Amino acid sequence: MSAPQPTPPPAPAARPPVDGEAPVLQAVRMQKHFPVRGFRSHDVVHAVDDVDIDLYRGRVVALVGESGSGKSTIARLLAQLMPVTGGQILLHGEDASVKGRRAFRKYVSRVQMIFQDPFGSLNPIHTVRYMLTRSLRIHRGRLRGTEMEAALEELLTRVQLTPPSRYIDKFPHELSGGQRQRVAIARALAAEPEVLLADEPISMLDVSIRLGILNLLRDLRDRLHIAILYITHDIASARYFADRTMVMYAGRVVESGDSESVTQDPKHPYTQLLVRSAPDPDDLDARARGARGEAPSLVRPPTGCRFNPRCPFATDLCRTETPPLLAVGEGRQAACWGYSDRADRPVLGSVLDAYGERPSADDELLRAVAAAPTKEDDR
Amino acid sequence: MSALPEPRGSARPAHDPVLEIKNLSVDYGYDDPTHVLRQISLTLNRGEVLGLAGESGCGKSTLAYAATRLLPPPGLITGGEVIFTDRDGGKSDILALNDKDLRASRWQDMAIVFQGAMNSLNPVFRIGRQIADAITAHEPATTKKDALARAADLLDLVGINPDRARDFPHQLSGGMRQRVMIAMALALDPQVLIMDEPTTALDVVMQRQIVEQIADLRDRLGFSVIFITHDVSLLIEIADRIAIMYAGEIVEDAVAQDVYRRPRHPYSDGLLHSFPPLRGARRELGGIPGSPPDMANLPTGCPFRDRCAFAFDACAHITPELVTPAVPGDDPRRSVACLRHDPARVAAGGFAPVPVPDQLALR
Ligand SMILES: Nc1ncnc2c1ncn2[C@@H]1O[C@H](COP(=O)(O)OP(=O)(O)OP(=O)(O)O)[C@@H](O)[C@H]1O
Ligand SMILES: Nc1ncnc2c1ncn2[C@@H]1O[C@H](COP(=O)(O)OP(=O)(O)OP(=O)(O)O)[C@@H](O)[C@H]1O
Ligand code: SF4
Ligand SMILES: [Mg+2]
Ligand SMILES: [Mg+2]
Repeated sequence: MSAPQPTPPPAPAARPPVDGEAPVLQAVRMQKHFPVRGFRSHDVVHAVDDVDIDLYRGRVVALVGESGSGKSTIARLLAQLMPVTGGQILLHGEDASVKGRRAFRKYVSRVQMIFQDPFGSLNPIHTVRYMLTRSLRIHRGRLRGTEMEAALEELLTRVQLTPPSRYIDKFPHELSGGQRQRVAIARALAAEPEVLLADEPISMLDVSIRLGILNLLRDLRDRLHIAILYITHDIASARYFADRTMVMYAGRVVESGDSESVTQDPKHPYTQLLVRSAPDPDDLDARARGARGEAPSLVRPPTGCRFNPRCPFATDLCRTETPPLLAVGEGRQAACWGYSDRADRPVLGSVLDAYGERPSADDELLRAVAAAPTKEDDR
Repeated sequence: MSALPEPRGSARPAHDPVLEIKNLSVDYGYDDPTHVLRQISLTLNRGEVLGLAGESGCGKSTLAYAATRLLPPPGLITGGEVIFTDRDGGKSDILALNDKDLRASRWQDMAIVFQGAMNSLNPVFRIGRQIADAITAHEPATTKKDALARAADLLDLVGINPDRARDFPHQLSGGMRQRVMIAMALALDPQVLIMDEPTTALDVVMQRQIVEQIADLRDRLGFSVIFITHDVSLLIEIADRIAIMYAGEIVEDAVAQDVYRRPRHPYSDGLLHSFPPLRGARRELGGIPGSPPDMANLPTGCPFRDRCAFAFDACAHITPELVTPAVPGDDPRRSVACLRHDPARVAAGGFAPVPVPDQLALR
């Protein structure tokens, strides 16, 4: 770390447990810093900082936010695919860190992950049958011939790869993007986990199949009480499917609350920008346009609120001190000084007004794309 | 109004094709081939953003590969042509050229961002260098230093802080890798840019920023874009025209707002109106009942008929073809493949025509 950040005070009130139940999987002040390669470099990428997450039985938490803000890293940390830099992960209240292959296998049978990239996460040398059979065997013990066939068929049918016979003996490269994505979902479901970490599981599916998969997950949540972390860029689907929604910006959680409130009445300026930027063909005008701004560096993250360089309301307070998650309504929190009672707090306005104009590409960018300004005569 | 600046529809010549796909057919497999694309015809005009949407597995990526001659085996183009018109008016059939002529043609001025692009960067090279290499390969006169500087600008254009230029691909998030691929495609200064689900891992702020930049560059440099996505709300906003595919065929092709507000095919209607709304009242959503047909074993007649609320007896026997919709006052350039709109074919096949239902005749 180049310049130590002031540690924010702890969040005001512990979030209320659901019906007095303890969370299945919990992250407490989780941190992940990746070292930056280079000669004698002590720089790190601040991928995840001070994140708290509680996943309850039969509940869905959506994680939305900026590309590169640390969502996949959070899922990979919770799946124990890499060690945390700081903080703790608890499974049923006990330290979950695993040592050794056997402990990891056991953990994986309880906590399953669906990876973001179905083109990279399916082993190209295995058929669909092999992948699903292995997952069924590891987690459900030995199934005999016909039972195994029936289980495979049921899995494929559930993810709408029908007729199953058409897909069961295919290799990943023989499948379309959305078909691969559904194989990855089927593989995770085969394990019947307690916790499902789903990293953009439906990004390559058409709306109709998307709804089918979301309804399937919803059914598993209700019937088998699976706890689900649902990472997505489709905010409407978070509203539709998740009980709670958490919003990430540059490695930190900037807002959380019940999904309906967060999507309909966002509090943090970044969440407002995000929600207002979503395409909506019925409402072409109510749109935050031209929200250009410096992409935040995670190697040297902005001091204070990490959104401050892009925030139209930022003050000196925002530029110097990191805002903690502040209560902004029942069960809701936002990490923005505008909701504090500090005398020097910023005054929040409408992001829509602030980002009304659509700037055009500047000449420098144009030159970056085309070395010669006119292309007609360059042959 | 829209994300794109003025030159839409009217300002642009109606028919100035860059790429004309004619009756393109593709099979997968040799012994018992699956006819994945059947007689696809589609035209991309100069300076136009053409959207392509359709259910998962209907053949969108296959179309992108076949039209650029990048289809890997066991894919086989069994018929059709792809006519590319250069800026100076010279025409060539990409599928008929031999390798030497292909290299010489300006067809190279096509860039494609593959689906799953986040997985197709070279893992052993730093991303800044990969973009710079693409630039120098395309313009050998550029110095390495200039190429690296342009790579940094391009990274900034797609919202990646240039301090990450020395990162390796595995050090980037999914969406960041996607953006590197977009930057690389733009570096080639293409005449035609094909983007296959380029923004699946991008948040909507970033997505909007990139799409606006591409639209702007499109207007100033005059390239055309084929944009494949499942995000229909995005497509309606950014595309000039949208083609809807179902089971390996184009079933509707019209101006974006027409497809959304006045769909003529029952599948387009279902596809465009089943996404959950972000604003307003929550409603329960059904999606489109049933599942897509098995392409290896297509039923006779219309491939959508099992799921269609408007199917009638002729649909099981006659295969619909693209025609102008049978709705008075419709844009004559739009087309739809549904027998409700083709009474002549229905009558010729010996069936009684059935009128267009109100739902598919909105004005
Ligand atoms: N192995 C690694 N080494 C260095 N940096 C990494 C590594 N993995 C991730 N990062 C960095 O950590 C940050 C968070 O990445 P992460 O993949 O979690 O983002 P994300 O929120 O999932 O983004 P997206 O929506 O684009 O997938 C990014 O800046 C990324 O470059
Ligand atoms: N190498 C192959 N061998 C056999 N079948 C294949 C092969 N590649 C693709 N297919 C099949 O061809 C059909 C079309 O695939 P394509 O990738 O073009 O679909 P798509 O429309 O891009 O779908 P998605 O939206 O899911 O990416 C799919 O049903 C797929 O299973
Ligand atoms: S042709 Fe028939 S089955 Fe096909 S979409 Fe039209 S009405 Fe429905
Ligand atoms: Mg990710
Ligand atoms: Mg595809």
